[in-house]
Amino acid sequence: MATNGYEDVAKGDAIPALEVQPQELYHAKSFWTRYIFCQDAKVIAIQYALTATTIGLVGLVSSWLIRMQIAFPGVIPMDASAYYQLVTMHGMIMVIYLLTALFLGGFGNYLIPLMVGARDMVFPYLNMVSYWVFLLAVLILVASYFVPGGPTGAGWTLYPPQAITSGTPGSGLGIILMIVSLAVFVVGFTMGGLNYVITTLQARTRGMTLMRLPLTVWGIFTATVLALFAFPALLVAGIMMLLDNILGTSFFMPAILEAGLGEQMAYNGGSPILFQHLFWFFGHPEVYIVALPAFGIVSDLISVHARKNIFGYRMMVWAIVIIGFLSFIVWAHHMYVAGMNPWFGFFFATTTLIIAIPTALKVYNWVLTLWRGNIQLTVPMLFAIGFLITFVNGGITGLFLGNVIVDVPLSDTYFVVAHFHMVMGIAPVLVVFGSIYHWYPLITGRFLNNRLGKIHFWITFLGSYSIYFPMHYLGFMGVPRRYFEIYDSEFYTASTSDLNQFITIAALVTGFAQLVFLYNIIVSIKHGKKAEKNPWKACSLEWQTTEMPPEHGNFGKELPVVYRWAYDFSVPGADEDYIPQNTSPNEVANAQVEKT
Amino acid sequence: MIKKEESIVQLLTQKPWDPNQAKLDNMHDGKTINLSIGKLGQRYIIIVSTILFCLFIVTYSDRMIYSDWQNMPEPMLLWFNSLVLLVSSIVFISVQIASNKKQFNKVKKGLLIVGGLSFVFLFGQLLVWQKMINLGYFMSSNPANAYFYLFTTLHGLHLIGGLIYWVITIKKVWISEEIVIRNAQHTVELCGIYWHFLLFVWLVLLGLMSFS
Repeated sequence: MATNGYEDVAKGDAIPALEVQPQELYHAKSFWTRYIFCQDAKVIAIQYALTATTIGLVGLVSSWLIRMQIAFPGVIPMDASAYYQLVTMHGMIMVIYLLTALFLGGFGNYLIPLMVGARDMVFPYLNMVSYWVFLLAVLILVASYFVPGGPTGAGWTLYPPQAITSGTPGSGLGIILMIVSLAVFVVGFTMGGLNYVITTLQARTRGMTLMRLPLTVWGIFTATVLALFAFPALLVAGIMMLLDNILGTSFFMPAILEAGLGEQMAYNGGSPILFQHLFWFFGHPEVYIVALPAFGIVSDLISVHARKNIFGYRMMVWAIVIIGFLSFIVWAHHMYVAGMNPWFGFFFATTTLIIAIPTALKVYNWVLTLWRGNIQLTVPMLFAIGFLITFVNGGITGLFLGNVIVDVPLSDTYFVVAHFHMVMGIAPVLVVFGSIYHWYPLITGRFLNNRLGKIHFWITFLGSYSIYFPMHYLGFMGVPRRYFEIYDSEFYTASTSDLNQFITIAALVTGFAQLVFLYNIIVSIKHGKKAEKNPWKACSLEWQTTEMPPEHGNFGKELPVVYRWAYDFSVPGADEDYIPQNTSPNEVANAQVEKT
Repeated sequence: MIKKEESIVQLLTQKPWDPNQAKLDNMHDGKTINLSIGKLGQRYIIIVSTILFCLFIVTYSDRMIYSDWQNMPEPMLLWFNSLVLLVSSIVFISVQIASNKKQFNKVKKGLLIVGGLSFVFLFGQLLVWQKMINLGYFMSSNPANAYFYLFTTLHGLHLIGGLIYWVITIKKVWISEEIVIRNAQHTVELCGIYWHFLLFVWLVLLGLMSFS
């Protein structure tokens, strides 16, 4: 065991609260400063969540319109431009403005201070500004719907040269507003990220070592560090493309003929591949910026609702860190068909497959946590298990696409669409739902309706599989993605047409089922069953606040002192099947912690 | 620096469920690094800026290998501006020393000189732009030109951000009384570190454009 100089003082069991200078807490004085321009991380979290969900609904409706065009062309009148604009905005909204903002801005803000035992984020004012900058980014994005030419239709990857040439929808103001919105988002996120990182590193309460942190915090913390390194690449690519577009530079733009006009444009020598490298240097870690918080949160959901300590805690932490590191050296597996050197393909295929090791380790540990656990089939647990299955399915198809020789024929088919929706769409969204059912009592003091929750789960889970399982088959059949209309193609058989119609109906049903969830959330605020303190009997600190919902400052007069990790469930000898993190050894004298 | 000389490996290999480890962990004060949150926040910003500039430099080195690349001439004024920035950084070192000795009159004078030199630098950069444009080196003419304007703009914007913090520093130093002296010293230190960082960035960018 490593010595660290504490031995001489580590004799007693009950530890006094640390004498630290009290943090100067922000105190709201009016409605505006309490609910609108508020510096309390919990309120900011709700603001992030509401904004992200609202723009997320735009993304959801976009997906319905896309599916209608694919399966029933002509029912909803749209031209090819509108279709590409819908596809682009759906992708961008879901990845950046919904999932990233929700996991880091929403869950990060609510849970980090509570779980580490802090009164608030370390820079509350900056935290508030980060939300308003995020809102500005969303408003700029929405504004692009109303400018001449509409929003960009370049695909969420925004590849040049087509993103800024005249044949592409939204190549005027649309693409400019898209890039400006992303730049503003990055600025806002940098302010928020500063808080998430430094609060986790420096503002933990006494006894809360890094290795006593709940895995939720580890996931959000590591994802924020990834974003710290990845988002600048998006910013750099965006700035340079903006200059190509507005000032006529040739960073990415090669010598090219204007579509339709046949005239040579005033560009020369730029490298579109360079943009792709920059974009995916951001884009692939972005997958893990979404996935790592989901990994962390689902670990806690499984542990709490199976009444069992998380299996292999240290390995879970290591896996999060290793996955985070590896996510930066796999980006070009998105570019196998871009014409790069085959040796590069070999390198990136190898690193991609190596990521499967820590990822599989996490899956095994989740399953082993469930093994012989006292599994409570609550709604959060159902969603957690749904995630586990979905993530394995989506991850396995990733192994297919990570291999160059398999990826080349499958590239640009619906197999890819099915893969990434399963692994970074449905899987994290299931965690979002599970965690809302789990933490809703903490936020509101009431439970969400259990029956509605189970209906919501089963329709969402089965509906998602109805959508994406057949899509793999379509991919194998060679049905290409991104096509506005393909009914005249020879390979487009009756079976693929029927499948597309089935998928669209499943998507509509699953989408509308989310209204059950929204109804549940709204109605339960006032009419939900009242939750007692710590209703799930969890160990982590967010449930040990003096008030529930936690008041401003979180922990009353004294910050809690932490004596154990967040997973002391079903400890032999203990009176109850959980021991909160702030329970001193004296209070559970018979517990045999080392035997857990 | 990790508290109590624990390495990252030692931290990540602790067994939080182990009773002996638990006794040690109970005494932990919850901080990972021996730095104030202000300093750590500044490190964060410097890291983000460094990544941003590094990525631009990577694209620069990728773009310059194409045949259409033609280096721009560097006017003497650019070197003069660089000298001004270097001097401002040196003056800031003396400001930091004076601040540590609580010689706030010297600090005030020094900060004004630093600010003045920074404005001279920014104005000088604009003059360089004007000169290059008059000579026909437009942004769209050649990627080397584009990078020159891009780098100088980005660096200038960072310096303007620094000047905003400089105003905050001036304010704190001017009202410094006994109770806020430590606060003012802290701010002077952070501002100084950022100034040296910006000098370093400029020297790297200048070297890249001059010798590549």
